[in-house]
Amino acid sequence: MSGSNSILLRVENLIMHFATTRGPVQAVDGVDFELGVNRAVVILGESGCGKSSLAKAILRLLPRNIAKYSGRIYLHDRDVMQLSDEEFRQNIRWVEMSLVPQAAMNALNPVLRVGDQVAEPAIIHMGMSKAEAMEAARTMFQRVGVAEDFLTRYPFELSGGMRQRVALAMALVTLPSLVILDEPTSALDLLTQANIFNTLKRIKKELGTSFILITHDIATSSELADDVAVMYAGQIVETGEAKDFFPDPLHPYSKMLMASVPRLRADQDPQFITGQPPSLISPPSGCRFAERCPARFEKCSEEPPVIERDGRKVRCWLYA
Amino acid sequence: MVVEAPSLVKPEMDQRQVLLSIQDLHVWYELRRFGFGIVGYVRAVDKVSFDLHRGEAIAVVGESGCGKSTLMKTILGLVKPRQGKVIFEGKDIAQADAATLKWYRSQVGYIQQDPYGALPPFMSVRRILEEPLVIAGVKSREERTDRIHRVMEEVKLYPVEDFLGKFPHMLSGGQQQRVVIARAMILNPKLIVADEPVSMLDASVRVEILKLLRGLQESHNLSFIYITHDLSTVKYFSERIFVMYAGKLVEQSPIGELLQNPLHPYTHALLSATSDPDARNALSFREVPPGEPPSLVKPPPGCRFHPRCAQMIQGLCEVEEPPEFMPLPDHRVACWLHKEP
Repeated sequence: MSGSNSILLRVENLIMHFATTRGPVQAVDGVDFELGVNRAVVILGESGCGKSSLAKAILRLLPRNIAKYSGRIYLHDRDVMQLSDEEFRQNIRWVEMSLVPQAAMNALNPVLRVGDQVAEPAIIHMGMSKAEAMEAARTMFQRVGVAEDFLTRYPFELSGGMRQRVALAMALVTLPSLVILDEPTSALDLLTQANIFNTLKRIKKELGTSFILITHDIATSSELADDVAVMYAGQIVETGEAKDFFPDPLHPYSKMLMASVPRLRADQDPQFITGQPPSLISPPSGCRFAERCPARFEKCSEEPPVIERDGRKVRCWLYA
Repeated sequence: MVVEAPSLVKPEMDQRQVLLSIQDLHVWYELRRFGFGIVGYVRAVDKVSFDLHRGEAIAVVGESGCGKSTLMKTILGLVKPRQGKVIFEGKDIAQADAATLKWYRSQVGYIQQDPYGALPPFMSVRRILEEPLVIAGVKSREERTDRIHRVMEEVKLYPVEDFLGKFPHMLSGGQQQRVVIARAMILNPKLIVADEPVSMLDASVRVEILKLLRGLQESHNLSFIYITHDLSTVKYFSERIFVMYAGKLVEQSPIGELLQNPLHPYTHALLSATSDPDARNALSFREVPPGEPPSLVKPPPGCRFHPRCAQMIQGLCEVEEPPEFMPLPDHRVACWLHKEP
């Protein structure tokens, strides 16, 4: 995550645990990463690795059963964890960072016109008048590729791809510097998906927005990624620039994850990872991937250090 | 047409027995309005014909709403076609009586997309697997138990005893999908229809399940219909590929040939929209046809892809529907660009 750009977001030792009757679920457990201005980082991981929880932790969208929430989140060098909930709601959420939630196309209010829904964050967070906000919504509709006359339609009149674009317009209408996309295209068709990624690329270029893309679709994620962070069992095990990561992942888990991707244009036999991720209630001590790792050795029973190497970071004893 | 080029098809394929033959299939759903009767039709599958051989694996590829699920439901005998035939071992399933359908359902296994939704939450793995045997009239308890054990070992759910008493919510996504596969396999079917069998699973498990299915298909010489929208998994799985668009079969070809040389502009678009993980992808825009698939109530006249097609021929494509051409041996395409001279 070097790059010449300045840093927009720096997350340090972020922890979010959920309370359950069987003990705390360590969904996000000591996450560190950085994101530059006008860059996109993709967080890769299997279901249950804590990647959606990470998005919620960054936006402070906490569930009721929160057991532990700590760490530092610097946005433009300002520690937003120090803000009260009310200050965070007024000045950060949707103003500086917004979210396109998972299955966003089904998250729209069915009884409100989509134009009003897109204008709402601008009225609430930017203090715009209704007319100004509608104008902002109109502009944003053009940017995301939805025809203007759709402003007065209801969600059920729109196709899935269109609704996804509306959700994107809603996240962008306040012109935040960071947009978090949680599985933005997983429910969409191939061509619609490619179209939406084209739109995201254009927006990144034109508006200078930074993105955190959370997905398990590795192939598609490469359409937007400048940087990659791989998450496993609540921790980030590797970070690096996409151009270094995709051809040569370092962590054994990253290597196996990349080898599991079926490829259209190469004739390699995809491999699978045996075993299952550990429980996040009682994760193993030491390296959390050790049990499934083909390269494990005695050291792995101890907590692995984060090793820096040519601007990349990897949490593995092999590189110590 | 005269074919001079060497055939790309393995010679034994032609001699293989046809197991399932789809002939001129039309599946239209009625649109009713209160007081007006039928006001139109959703032409979900329109004039589709193909043969599936014994032991052959085919893939049907297309976007949602292209009719691939309706095609599958018709093959499973769940939807009656408006016109056309579904012939399985010489019997027309579309017109079959209840007894024939019961026999047919023991010959065809179905693997659903969402394993959790497909398994009854209140039944243990043993009951889930036993029920088809009871319905099929396997009276002896020992035989049922024996067959359940055998099929569970085949889908690698072992130690079997550990799984028999479990309920679906106690299993991981991959294990649930194995139970679904075991249930589809337990009556020793000749044909398996798999509807997006791995799309709900994680990347690492996905490959494991695909390999399992491929292994079962080969060891049991099963015919296999693999329905998917993911082109990158198709080549590991099937011999022939069928591309559907807006209710029509637009292209069919052996898999390697289609990936090398897609003929229909829609197939071309699908292939170029499929990414491989590569950091260079972020540097350029993908070529994607504009717009969205048409309504199946009032499909566009002529070729259904013409409103989105960059190579549309004025005065032809929007007027006349393209018939199926065969510009290369065993490679059929419904597109005017490949009209035989």
